[in-house]
Amino acid sequence: MKELAPIITVVAVLAAVPLIVHSNTALNFLVVMLLIALAGQGWNVLGGYGGQYSFGHAAFFGTGAYTTAILQVRYGVNAWPGFAAGVGAGAVLGAVIGHLTFRAGLRGSYFALVTLAFAEVLRILASVAPITGAGVGTLIKLDLHASALQFQSRAVFYWVILALVAVSLLIAHALDRTRFGAWLVAIRENEDAAKALGVDTFTVKLGAMVISAAITAAAGCFYAQYFLFIDSGIAYGTRMSIEALLTPIIGGAGTVFGPLLGALVVKALSEGATWIAGDAPGLNLIVYGCVLVLVIAFAPRGLVGLVSAASDFLSSSKGKVAHG
Amino acid sequence: MFTSAILIPAVVNGLMTGAVYALVALGLTLIYGVLHIINFAHGALLSAAMFAAFFAFRLLGLDPYVAIFLLAPLFFAFGYGLQRFVIGPVSHGDDRNMLLVTLGIAIIIENVLLYAFRADTRTIDLPYAFKTLDLGFTFLAIPRVVGFVAVFVVALVLWAFMSLTDTGKAIRAVAKEKLGAQLAGIDVGHIYALTFGLGTACVAIAACLLIPTYYVNPTVGDAFVLVAFTIVVLGGMGSVIGALLGGLLVGVVESFSGLYLGESLGQIGIFIVFIAVLLIRPTGLFGAKA
Repeated sequence: MKELAPIITVVAVLAAVPLIVHSNTALNFLVVMLLIALAGQGWNVLGGYGGQYSFGHAAFFGTGAYTTAILQVRYGVNAWPGFAAGVGAGAVLGAVIGHLTFRAGLRGSYFALVTLAFAEVLRILASVAPITGAGVGTLIKLDLHASALQFQSRAVFYWVILALVAVSLLIAHALDRTRFGAWLVAIRENEDAAKALGVDTFTVKLGAMVISAAITAAAGCFYAQYFLFIDSGIAYGTRMSIEALLTPIIGGAGTVFGPLLGALVVKALSEGATWIAGDAPGLNLIVYGCVLVLVIAFAPRGLVGLVSAASDFLSSSKGKVAHG
Repeated sequence: MFTSAILIPAVVNGLMTGAVYALVALGLTLIYGVLHIINFAHGALLSAAMFAAFFAFRLLGLDPYVAIFLLAPLFFAFGYGLQRFVIGPVSHGDDRNMLLVTLGIAIIIENVLLYAFRADTRTIDLPYAFKTLDLGFTFLAIPRVVGFVAVFVVALVLWAFMSLTDTGKAIRAVAKEKLGAQLAGIDVGHIYALTFGLGTACVAIAACLLIPTYYVNPTVGDAFVLVAFTIVVLGGMGSVIGALLGGLLVGVVESFSGLYLGESLGQIGIFIVFIAVLLIRPTGLFGAKA
């Protein structure tokens, strides 16, 4: 239990926020922040722990969102099983893409390219297929009841997404402590060496892809429930793919809290930019791009890495004083 | 239903479009062949170059074909600086970082264009834009023919540069064996930047060839670059001949899938080919090994 203390503390503190903050704007900010933290945690499992950089995680986000929305609107399925189906659909898509790409031995830039291409194919299909509402998008009917997974109060939505984030933190934590996680990190560090030592790299990568896709799909399902609208640009657009990879890279790829920290920074910066320069198109993404380049330049291990480097530095300089 | 009266023009038009694709792909494959990175900023650079060609015409009254001689050196310098002072130092020599840095640059360029010029689509009017050439079996727009010829001239010049000059030899040496080249006294950082500059100059030339018949908006480059990625993968990463042949092939494929499937689904044809090639033969049709 002791090693779970940081996760419990962080989640408990975040859970208490709506008790103090009642502003809808502030809660909305936090909900969206947790939403991209969740999408980012999905990317983190595959990219951060496994070193397989996907540039098309929107494929899973969008599939989750569309599955939930379409099941409810067109087939009258209840939102709760719809949500589960969305997560399942994301996982299946992850298994399919993972199977195809890893079987073909695609790595590095090739893997990034193919994931990008899959997201684009889905985006174009969703923008013309009648079932997704084509260019118009899909609107979920407003029905503010817990049975329809919609809530009158933003605070409840906030607790729902926080619960999902808490689960994703536990999954990341499990990667830090299980054999599967160790294999995954070994693949990131040196895939050929891992293979030579008997790690079944294909199965491990595939497993990571499925978990990763399911988490990001859950973020998509939540998006559909929260905003009640989805179109091909939101679901499969590059913006989501970028946010999913940006949050863990900024916060610290391959760390439990990286995506959460990164999401907070990304959201705060984009709000700040909007506040300073007005709501102009493209501005948020300019900020994202600059932050991405700056973080790689000055903090390649992300903010979490920066913090741990600072504490290492402090403790080692203390050590020197003690010995000297 | 589809007689030769429809099919032959489709092939010829596909070849014309394919030539410009090939030029964009040439820049990409050059950079990949030497630096071993996929330049995700390629599409954004193409958009930027098309805006430059657009404003060179609107503000300075420069004909796009004349603007080549201004924009190619300018974008060469820009690409050189980008690699030398941003991508190189920032990525600390790590491949995954390079991937992310070029992605970051792509996001910045594309959105600065969006911020500055909004999402409006712009075109220029040239007196010769709608003049056609009668081949007997089909008509071809003059600018497309000019583009087709220009691409082969550029490819020839590039080939001559690579095989006949000392700098070209140095570039090939770095592509083959970076460490060995460095030991032989070649400044690898300089060669990297030079190659990136050449790749960017290819994009600038492609932009000038496209602008007479195409439109420009901040994301126009994306469509081309995904096609260019496909071509580069199809032709084999780093292969110049592969990029040329791949470009022509993809142009024809697109022309056909547009004919049979319609405009937006025609684009999917390209992606499907792309994914299929990567999955089945990632070394490309002409590549030796990955």
